[in-house]
Amino acid sequence: MSDFILEMRNITKTFPGVKALDNVNFSVKRGEIHALVGENGAGKSTLMNVLSGVYPYGTYEGEIYFEGRECRFQNISQSEEVGLVIVHQELALIPYLSITENLFLGNEQAKNGIIDWNESISRTKELLDQVGLHESPNTLITNMGVGKQQLVEIAKALAKRVKLLILDEPTASLNETDSQKLLELLLQFKARGIASILISHKLSEVSKVADSITILRDGATIETLDMQKDVITEDRIIRGMVGRDITHRFPPRESKIGEVIFEIKDWNAYHPLHEHRKVSDNVNLYVRRGEVVGIAGLMGAGRTELAMSIFGRAYGRNISGKAYKNGKEIDISSIDKAIANGIAYATEDRKAYGLILIEEIKDNITLANLDAISDGGIVNEPKELTVTREYRDKLNIKCSSILQLAVNLSGGNQQKVVLSKWLFANPEILILDEPTRGIDVGAKYEIYTIINRLASEGKGIILISSELPEILGVCDRIYVMHRGKIVGELPAQDASQEKIMTYIMRKQEVTQ
Amino acid sequence: MKAPATFNETTSSNGILSSLANIFQNNIREYGMLIALIAVMIFFQVVTDGILMKPVNITNLVLQNSYVIIMALGMLLIIVAGWIDLSVGSVAAFIGAIAGVMIVKWGWNWALVIAICIVVGGLIGAWQGYWVAYLKIPSFIVTLAGMLVFRGLTLVMVRGEAIGPFPVPFQKISAGFIPDFFQVEGFHLTTIIIGVIVSILLIILDVRTRRNQQRYGFEVTPFYFFVVKQILITSAVLGFCYLMASYKGIPNLLVIMFPLVAVYSFLTNQTVIGRRIYALGGNEKAARLSGVNTQRLLFLAFANMGALAGMAGVIVASRLNSSTPNAGEGFELDVIAACFIGGASASGGIGKVIGAVVGAFLVGVLNNGMSILGVGIDWQKVVKGLVLLAAVLFDVYNKNKSRS
Repeated sequence: MSDFILEMRNITKTFPGVKALDNVNFSVKRGEIHALVGENGAGKSTLMNVLSGVYPYGTYEGEIYFEGRECRFQNISQSEEVGLVIVHQELALIPYLSITENLFLGNEQAKNGIIDWNESISRTKELLDQVGLHESPNTLITNMGVGKQQLVEIAKALAKRVKLLILDEPTASLNETDSQKLLELLLQFKARGIASILISHKLSEVSKVADSITILRDGATIETLDMQKDVITEDRIIRGMVGRDITHRFPPRESKIGEVIFEIKDWNAYHPLHEHRKVSDNVNLYVRRGEVVGIAGLMGAGRTELAMSIFGRAYGRNISGKAYKNGKEIDISSIDKAIANGIAYATEDRKAYGLILIEEIKDNITLANLDAISDGGIVNEPKELTVTREYRDKLNIKCSSILQLAVNLSGGNQQKVVLSKWLFANPEILILDEPTRGIDVGAKYEIYTIINRLASEGKGIILISSELPEILGVCDRIYVMHRGKIVGELPAQDASQEKIMTYIMRKQEVTQ
Repeated sequence: MKAPATFNETTSSNGILSSLANIFQNNIREYGMLIALIAVMIFFQVVTDGILMKPVNITNLVLQNSYVIIMALGMLLIIVAGWIDLSVGSVAAFIGAIAGVMIVKWGWNWALVIAICIVVGGLIGAWQGYWVAYLKIPSFIVTLAGMLVFRGLTLVMVRGEAIGPFPVPFQKISAGFIPDFFQVEGFHLTTIIIGVIVSILLIILDVRTRRNQQRYGFEVTPFYFFVVKQILITSAVLGFCYLMASYKGIPNLLVIMFPLVAVYSFLTNQTVIGRRIYALGGNEKAARLSGVNTQRLLFLAFANMGALAGMAGVIVASRLNSSTPNAGEGFELDVIAACFIGGASASGGIGKVIGAVVGAFLVGVLNNGMSILGVGIDWQKVVKGLVLLAAVLFDVYNKNKSRS
């Protein structure tokens, strides 16, 4: 028996006009955690789609061996049958069904088509135990946080008697604690002999749990690093991914901080459905010209809710509090008023809230400020083309034309389109919510450069991010938020990951 | 760093055929249905021994389909915004009933009543739009309710009988033709002159668009293709006018309909409001977070639909020369079908006014052609249903192809 549970040999996959995978070799040893890293568009997802049968045998070249036998999967259920289960980045759970119903969807515990609920529920309990999730099997998915939903997905994989678990960006939307839990779970599985493939942009996690790392770049395998043999630093991995050294992950910036440009006082907001739940609790904060202010906090700390309640009451109800710009109180009670007052909010979820995916890049860029390219309500298309091309060049949006649809862009370029839209609205205060989520190292660097440029132009920037290194690397001053409250404020030079976590933890102890 | 030169924006020159194929492929959505319409027309022209294209029949075709086209303009906006309006047939009937009662029973001035009808239609649309936009009740439910309510109210108004006849000027709205300023025996010269003017205007507009595109470095179709296109359009317009002229000239309805189509086409393509409607349908949340007042926009789209349904109601009453309890029955389906056949997407954000007009004509030609052939109403419905399905299938197929 060979050492490898999975061997993919000389995989080549071509799409019309592009070679997405070029002779890729990828092998996973029995019982190991194997990380697959690479920039967006490097071919990770394509490779996994080939493996799991999304692209059936015959549409690619090369061979796949699983447990020594050659596999020719025609569809996903065939790959799942042999024990290959993939958990996608976008969770595939049905929100209004219970945990049990989701776990056995397509795999129902039934006799003659009649579901045995007792059997289903007792097996659910077993599986939930294995993933360390303490929830009633009847809980509806919609009532659970993303972290717990992720665990349900993994339990679902276990229900299918998984031998090789593939996780695509499992921690992208999880907070530190939940991410930690998930990684520990992977280590437990490893102890039980279940191998896993971990696709992740978070290199700190990768270097923590992985036994080996395969780096893909431009559809080709660059190298496979053995973590047990050598000491491998994050910088080493990045070098493999981008094919060059990134000496600074954060571009340097000289802060020139001016007057307070924007301030909110005694800001309160309530949950839109649960009338008595406060999502923003007496928040006071300010940002100065040329300053990048970070808001750190755990997932669910209420940062996005705060930002959206400020941005024209786009979230929450019974919102109270005062907003000042340049010392004068302003009315930002609707989104168009907020925009007119020079505030912009770039969302954390660019696909759902940021872009009109079925529209062209240019239409997306001008949407928030159509007045600037129209006369008397009639769009001046030449003018529109000129300005949108300017933004394409300025922000280096990689596209075949500004008439390309937004849906066809990579994550990083989509994010640049969202930023272009808000830059075109000419704001003085920008709230950037997770601007680098799910985009690759190179594009991140470009986004940071844009942030720096905006700050040097004298704009006030509020940066919400769950990645502490990013907050520490980019901001001048940091607010720490927890359960809708600002629990700490500290200048960047005094801040560290530990300090920020201490603020949060201390608060947690007090409230408990 | 400058973005790499964009390959789309330069014209490649590898043979006339392949560039033609390219043009066709990139515009298959727009041209596909037009080609289908022409094919269907040729088919019926042959099998009806030339009756389809007879001047009197072409005139009839315009008259029969005018209200579907007028309502399709409003419906397209609603479908693009991501919703639907099932009530338009009933609203048109209800407005027709109002017209009948006011003009025939109460003897009010017909011009005043038309204005009232359009306003009442707009109010009905606004009422429904309020429920959809501000109270967030799905439009399918609101307008299904509206469909029942206004059909019922129509019956109440006319008390189960037909009200008529209308005064002659009111009848002329649908039955009249524009006057001829030249006295040529058996030929309506004014119609031809109007046709020439419209052709020239269309050519000027197209040349300007093309120049603008070139000035901003966009790919334009090869010049010979442009010329061929102009010749085709001009001959279609002039041919159409010639047919009209050999009957009684341009019907009054066309004078109402054509500017409306032009205005709505302009509204959707060139204006801020049009942009916002497409954005609203493409991604409501993103549009709202970009400062678009999505609720008001949706409200206005429904109010607009109501006003157009009111206009259609007046036309239907004028054509039937009476207000009847079951006028406009099933119109909503023809109107919705016209939009979808014309390439509108059921999930919103996609659709063109011209597409809806072509779709309406396609349905109209099918109705008309099959009626000439003596195909019963039963089989007509079967055919129309299958055409709708085929058109949407064609659309979905193309979308999938262009995506992979």
